[in-house]
Amino acid sequence: MTLSLQARKLACERDDRWLFEDLDLDIQAGEIVRIEGPNGSGKTTLLKILSGQLADYQGELYWNGAPMREARQAFLESLLYLGHAPGVKGALTPLENLTWYQALAGQRDNEAARLAALESVGLVGFEDVPAGQLSAGQQRRVALARLELTPRPLWVLDEPFTAIDRDGVAALEERLIVHARAGGCVLVTTHHELRNTDELRRVHLGRGGQSHGGF
Amino acid sequence: MAGSETRLVAGEGRGVSRREPRSGLAVALWATLKRDLLLLMRRRSEVLNPLVFFALVITLFPIGISPDPQLLATIAPGLLWVAALLAALLSLDSLFRGDYDDGSLEQLLLTPQPLPMLALAKVTVHWLLTGLPLALMAPVLGIMLSLPAGSYLVLAFSLVLGTASLSLIGAIGAALTVGLSRGGVLLSLLVLPLYIPVLIFGAGAVQAGIVGDGAAAHLAILGALLALALMLAPWAIAASLRISING
Repeated sequence: MTLSLQARKLACERDDRWLFEDLDLDIQAGEIVRIEGPNGSGKTTLLKILSGQLADYQGELYWNGAPMREARQAFLESLLYLGHAPGVKGALTPLENLTWYQALAGQRDNEAARLAALESVGLVGFEDVPAGQLSAGQQRRVALARLELTPRPLWVLDEPFTAIDRDGVAALEERLIVHARAGGCVLVTTHHELRNTDELRRVHLGRGGQSHGGF
Repeated sequence: MAGSETRLVAGEGRGVSRREPRSGLAVALWATLKRDLLLLMRRRSEVLNPLVFFALVITLFPIGISPDPQLLATIAPGLLWVAALLAALLSLDSLFRGDYDDGSLEQLLLTPQPLPMLALAKVTVHWLLTGLPLALMAPVLGIMLSLPAGSYLVLAFSLVLGTASLSLIGAIGAALTVGLSRGGVLLSLLVLPLYIPVLIFGAGAVQAGIVGDGAAAHLAILGALLALALMLAPWAIAASLRISING
């Protein structure tokens, strides 16, 4: 599988302050790219730009060599984005939540796949409990079940480890590495220290951030 | 965690044979309809709120003005329509709010499916659970306002057509204001001017129904407004959602 996401001279300004300028990124298959930086340094903004949600930036994005404007449809078909908010409806059960995501991805209704995905994130026995009654970590796990449910080569994950317990963090970290080794590509922000592997690459943001050190 | 390799390959295979998007779109639309219906059925107070508002307003008017049937019959068409319009407006703010707050809206915007169609599915659910019940309730409340007998069908039909337009137009405003924490007032200001044509022809249809002449012309114009809204609103909603998420 070949895939590449490139950013050329990316710059983003927020409230009269440059979050980043002249940022060149080259993300290839088989890589885990961790975006680092202090709070307010623009990690989430960068992920939103790279996942095609924000148009308010300067510079160019290329997906597999083609400009993002032209390749947007192909890009969206390869993308799985998990944001700050897990995108899980409290009034629906985990199974019902996943039904919608499965359908949005264009897949046919397949309950066995949904159950398998929930099992992979350790939610056996909670399939039919309204997600609003689950803990924050369990809700995050419902969102993470989409990694198994709708296979996509490019994962863009914004703080995926939030509220996840220690075993879950280890399993997810392992999952990211397996995905990268299988030819996928992961873009991630996290304050959790990732294990150093061949796949891991770091991108540091932060000159623009005003709070260094201290708190 | 094992077997991810085969899954990835499967994913790639789908990428190659993705020239069957129509069925994929149908699946996504159907799932969005079902999900939103289910969500609203589980939060019934949200569905009942506009209906209760509609019933209360209409009940209070004969008490507040006068029980004189002649007077009530004169103001009934406009009154029923204004109350239904405000009831529909009341329910609009929550149309995209929940999805925005929990992150589902981001996901909706990042699907490979066309956003205007998905937005249309959401508006359809909104209409099914507010506009349609309002239209069905209106004749019953019409009795309370001693609306002349011949005009009940026209009233219900004009509301069926009109509230669909109201839902579509209102959804544009709801999409534009979803990013604002207190967008309710702004939403009303944005949307009300666009509601006025629908109100004029809707109330006009009922008025004409009472006189017994020319209701069809008004209904035809309501239908034309709906057709126009159906054509243009989904794209406007999609663009508005993109703008809101950008902010």
